[in-house]
Amino acid sequence: MSELAFFIDYSRCIGCQACVHACEECDTHRGRSLIHLETIERRDSVQTAPQVCMHCEDPICAQVCPADAIKQTAEGVVQSSLKPRCIGCSNCVLACPFGVPKYDGDADQMMKCDMCYDRTSTGRRPMCATVCPSGALAFTTIEEIMQTRQGRAVNDWQFGDQHVRTKVFVLVPTEVTRVNVAVIPLSSLRRSQPPPVPYDVAALLEGQ
Amino acid sequence: MTASPRADVARATGWGLFIASLVLAGIYFGSRRLRDFDAALVPYAGASVFSAFGLGYRYSMWLTKPPTRLFWRRGWRLFFAPSRVAQNLSRLAALFAVNIVAQRFIEKRSPLRWAAHWFIFWGCMLAAAVTFPLSFGWIHFETAGAVQERYQAFVFGLRVFTFDLASPLAPLVFNVLDISAVLVIVGVSLAMWRRGRDRGALAVQQFGADLLPLVMLFAVSITGVFLTVSTHLMRGLHFVFLSQLHAVTVIFTLLYLPFGKFFHIFQRPAQLGVAFYRETGAKGEAAPCARCGEPFASRMHVEDLKQVERELGIRYEAVRVKASAPDSTTAHYQDICPACRRKNLALTQDALWRRGE
Repeated sequence: MSELAFFIDYSRCIGCQACVHACEECDTHRGRSLIHLETIERRDSVQTAPQVCMHCEDPICAQVCPADAIKQTAEGVVQSSLKPRCIGCSNCVLACPFGVPKYDGDADQMMKCDMCYDRTSTGRRPMCATVCPSGALAFTTIEEIMQTRQGRAVNDWQFGDQHVRTKVFVLVPTEVTRVNVAVIPLSSLRRSQPPPVPYDVAALLEGQ
Repeated sequence: MTASPRADVARATGWGLFIASLVLAGIYFGSRRLRDFDAALVPYAGASVFSAFGLGYRYSMWLTKPPTRLFWRRGWRLFFAPSRVAQNLSRLAALFAVNIVAQRFIEKRSPLRWAAHWFIFWGCMLAAAVTFPLSFGWIHFETAGAVQERYQAFVFGLRVFTFDLASPLAPLVFNVLDISAVLVIVGVSLAMWRRGRDRGALAVQQFGADLLPLVMLFAVSITGVFLTVSTHLMRGLHFVFLSQLHAVTVIFTLLYLPFGKFFHIFQRPAQLGVAFYRETGAKGEAAPCARCGEPFASRMHVEDLKQVERELGIRYEAVRVKASAPDSTTAHYQDICPACRRKNLALTQDALWRRGE
């Protein structure tokens, strides 16, 4: 069996927020949830998607950091910014292709998902993947994923001319070997007209 | 554009030599052409000169990084904008008080971490304010002529104040390094206690990066206190050995200063520059997201980041925009806000699966 790896299948997310709350239990950032749970297009859909750090092989967040504050472990886990070094510039927040780092204004520091390093460094599963009921987040072997899911797991991404390889995998159809990210505009998603402004939600619910 | 690595090293070496030369010149002239220089302190002064070289070298290398260089140049330019210098100076004083003196941002990270850091910081600052001028020959003490009970303190050869050995000031002056050592030992103890109990710290800390600096500070402080204990409580027992041991710990710490965790002391002021940068950006034009239209950063920051990315070879310029109309176009990925990037990833995966339907 190969080693454990992290897999994301956005399409399986049911928006239960279990990952959001479990993330707060991670010892390296206890009390702060660092996972993102996005509602994709609230007006027309209930679609949601989680986003953990993808742990790039050559992290762009670290490249644009002016303070050398973002380091990788030997296992390839990209850590939160080093507290003594981070100067709170937010370069990493804006440059990350996956939109992962969070800037904490009070602490003047960037924090991000570190794949529950307190757990994964001792062979346990990350909190979010442990509690995800739908398998949108999974921490398992590639063999188990291939046996239980359709498609294949890839970790190559293309953003324009920028190629990014990540430690975390995403599940895609079998013929796809690299995820070529294109910007999908809001206009192509919206199917309904916006409600009149201003409008009263309670009145709408009561059918008045 | 970035220079070649060899040119960067040559420039950094030049800066290191220049800073070391400044310290040497400071020692020579500050000690009145070595008249006030205490030869017994040569090892400390020598280690300080080497440390100055290392700091100049590392700081210069640090500034060769495109993002650091950009913040450095932009920060100073914004600070010295003629119309805002006075306002910026008063703002700098406020930021200095909050971020450097009180270090409130550390308190927000962890109150215990803040307490530990506060004790260590002020202990080290107090010690540095005494030991560097002493070992450089900038300050020295003499008895007042024939009056053995009166002491005179000289700074750069000028008498600054005189005090009686029986005055309350005397024990403070003679024990200022003991006071600083106690502050550091309290801080190191708090830090070690936190690092031994905090499961998050236990998971990510490394001996070389996190524990060794604390060990070194403890070693410097405790061997310094040993000297006082030997003198006053043990009739000078092993004083020579203890003074040499203390010198070894101090010199090792000075040599480590530019290359390990202590370099953050010299990086930290950049936080003040970033605060200016952020405040100036917030007053200027905002950058709206090319996908949702919501402002997500200052226009200045987004454009600066694009320049940094170009210099680093990060090629975000032409990300395809998937339009329902046939006239597909491209967008600069840096113009997409982080939230839209996350949503877009899920939609991209969704589209890949739909393509096969």
